[in-house]
Amino acid sequence: MPAHTPDPAHARPGSAYANPYVAGVGLGLVLLAAFVIMGRGLGASGAFSSTMAWLVNLVAPAHAQANEYFQGYLGDGTTHPLKAWLVFEVIGVMTGAMLSGLLAGRVHLSIEKGPRVSTAIRLLCAFAGGMLMAFGAHLARGCTSGQALTGGALLNVGSWAFMIMVFVGGYSVAWLMRWQWR
Amino acid sequence: MMTPLYKYGFFGDELSLVVAFVLGIGFGFCLERAGFGSARKLAAQFYLYDMSVFKVMFTAIVTAMLGVTYLGWIGWLDLSQVYLVPTFLGPQILGGLVLGVGFVVGGYCPGTSAAAVATGRVDGMVYALGIFAGTFAYAEVYPSIKAFVNSNEMGQVTLPEVLGLPWGVIVFVVVVVAVVGFWGAGKVERWIGSRS
Repeated sequence: MPAHTPDPAHARPGSAYANPYVAGVGLGLVLLAAFVIMGRGLGASGAFSSTMAWLVNLVAPAHAQANEYFQGYLGDGTTHPLKAWLVFEVIGVMTGAMLSGLLAGRVHLSIEKGPRVSTAIRLLCAFAGGMLMAFGAHLARGCTSGQALTGGALLNVGSWAFMIMVFVGGYSVAWLMRWQWR
Repeated sequence: MMTPLYKYGFFGDELSLVVAFVLGIGFGFCLERAGFGSARKLAAQFYLYDMSVFKVMFTAIVTAMLGVTYLGWIGWLDLSQVYLVPTFLGPQILGGLVLGVGFVVGGYCPGTSAAAVATGRVDGMVYALGIFAGTFAYAEVYPSIKAFVNSNEMGQVTLPEVLGLPWGVIVFVVVVVAVVGFWGAGKVERWIGSRS
């Protein structure tokens, strides 16, 4: 197999990543299976929303039930908020990723960052980036999985607009954020 | 046999959760194999020295797109039963922009952060906490931005419908764009690589 050579800074012994085209075909076939078996695509951000709605409902039920947004994830109370398709799918994602990581010897506690940034700043950025991502995904009704990947394959108009803007947004701040990664 | 199986009543809600778990395993396995449990690998897309994000994403899109097109043509897949997220153009353009910024600031997207958490990336765990915090904040401000979130509604609509072109023509264009993009991505990687 023509092994994809990762950036030297990323490479550790025995941890070469798969060829991106091979991994892409694999991912595409999983997505196709989701269309054929379920009649829906893959997702991720919805699982975070269900979990958050469940947590808030646990801590402050009156607050959660008065909130229009969480209400949508809690439903009429007859089913558990975590008994959602995307919650099970994301548990699967974590299982599959861990399996792949263990097979390649890539599972270990570490922090992904460039050489010039401190751990504290990197973690602060990770938190801020997660918050921004949540806002973006909610505005767009889906994230890179539910919109770009799934809707991209189905030629969904909103998904293609979204996907183009993800790259525009990323490239527009890349120069400003280069200290974190290079 | 007609698909989607779930929509044609081959199995119920309980089994659909098992299907979700199994499909998730495949999804997560592919993400980690590609290196997408690593924020540096993902962020590299925006610094042009490793365009794996583009290559994997577009290969997956083209693969699944050709699959649904073929299965639709031979009559095995009822594409009208495959769920399309409705288009709300304004919110989705702004959402994409915000998400793209969050991608470079945080280093992940929600799906890849799940892969990062599962492989022990502490920044991925903090990022996931950020998603929860952002979700809470979004829910709090939702009433005041609701009008915008629901603006520009176009319904469930595809590019062939909006552009008035046959499905097959758009599929062909996407394939050509992807192939040219893959060729260009390789060129850019080598050019950036030779400079550093």
